[in-house]
Amino acid sequence: MTAPFYVSPEQLMKDRADYARKGIARGRSLVALVYEGGVLLCAENPSRTLRKVSEIYDRIAFAGVGKYNEFDQLRIAGVRAADLKGFSFSREDVDARTLANQYAQMLGQVFTHEMKPMEVEILVAEVARPGATGAVDQLFHIRYDGTLVDQVDFSVLGGEAEAISERLGATWSAGLALGSALGVAVRALAGDDRSLAAEELEVAVLDRDAARRCFRRVDDPEVASLLAEAG
Amino acid sequence: MVLPVFQPGDDPGPDFASLARRVGVVPPHPEPAVATSIEVTHGTTCVAVRFADGVVMAGDRRATSGNLISHRHIEKVFPADRHSGVAIAGAAGPAVEMVRMFQLQLEHYEKVEGAPLSLEGKANQLSQMVRNHLPAAMQGFVVVPIFAGFDTARGLGRLYQYDATGGRYEELDFASTGSGSLQASTVVKLGYRPGAGRDATVDLVLRALFEAADEDSATGGPDLIRNIFPVVATITAEGFTRVGDEELRSRFESIVDGLRADRGGVEGGGVS
Repeated sequence: MTAPFYVSPEQLMKDRADYARKGIARGRSLVALVYEGGVLLCAENPSRTLRKVSEIYDRIAFAGVGKYNEFDQLRIAGVRAADLKGFSFSREDVDARTLANQYAQMLGQVFTHEMKPMEVEILVAEVARPGATGAVDQLFHIRYDGTLVDQVDFSVLGGEAEAISERLGATWSAGLALGSALGVAVRALAGDDRSLAAEELEVAVLDRDAARRCFRRVDDPEVASLLAEAG
Repeated sequence: MVLPVFQPGDDPGPDFASLARRVGVVPPHPEPAVATSIEVTHGTTCVAVRFADGVVMAGDRRATSGNLISHRHIEKVFPADRHSGVAIAGAAGPAVEMVRMFQLQLEHYEKVEGAPLSLEGKANQLSQMVRNHLPAAMQGFVVVPIFAGFDTARGLGRLYQYDATGGRYEELDFASTGSGSLQASTVVKLGYRPGAGRDATVDLVLRALFEAADEDSATGGPDLIRNIFPVVATITAEGFTRVGDEELRSRFESIVDGLRADRGGVEGGGVS
């Protein structure tokens, strides 16, 4: 019997990370940012039906980029975890931090133990209750290897994250209205040499002031009119 | 807690009830013969009536244990989701639990699948839940709901009545459940006008509950001292909306004034 080739752990991890990164870079990017009325999630997504952004719970949204079947599986697991927790305890006890930790555990586990890492980057966003003391909007960015980053103000997912982050950092400011926030997000996604129409975007918000379920999809006509208004 | 991930073939899909059973957060039904004589809290009369823009649902606020009034302000009419509502009569504990599970079932489905169930689909889900509850019903914990909603695909209000075995019956004009349902539905039947407006229909269900409370000891009437009024909700294209207590108070007052005027202000049956 032949002995398998020796591969150093460093090399193994690097190969896996490269593989995952390549897979993620093939898809298009997504931004989430805090605005006056809550959290805005905006993805470049030409599909009308396959969603990158969706609802997890009353105040929690999920966004994913990379391989669709993989982040959709994570999304469903998140909905299940949240609904079960809310059923067993109380709706107030469901929070983004716990969920983000669970996701990080799972992605980290898959990255080190499975044949193939998941080619996804995901975001768990939670909008703070208005008037709740000490509560802030939370954006948890989780990478393919389980790295969990707690981001403030905005978060960018996808292959071109660095360039988009830079553009967003220059234009984002606190307390933007929805229209201006969407304008900032779309310009950051598109860059200088192209523009994105409403049909190429998937937009949703976590509306801070909603009575219970804060997640709301913003449809194409509304996106177009918001963009026109933002200029 | 770990993320609930399942293998293909072992996956509960968008079904929250089976997911909850799978992970063991719901207890099994009581198995051996529980003495049917134990006093369980009962909720009573609920009605739902179709009107021009959708459906009005209403339920009284009383819960009884045998001869005792155990709660004066429990609620028996709940939003099931944005465009539907569920009202319950029967053993209060299992009934409220069934509603909680039903609400979650609809929301869970909508989130997992990315689109809400059809109104018919929701009605069938509730039917399955009532049927699954049959073993407990046989031991005396009967739960009989009514389900009503606005069918956004067809643009009209629809009503469903159930029996303890999970039988599901779509009604055209009105539905009722609970111990005072006979009186309440008679009032609704006599006062029902197809295509009536919201105000007339709210008055009709209030009158129905008032008469039911007058005849049935387990049904609570309006309590003007403690400010307890029935739960009344309209379900239309705009969604599930609860009617405010102030409006209910003034409507009850005019109903009572009307009844008093009908009797000519003369006390009957007492010392005159």
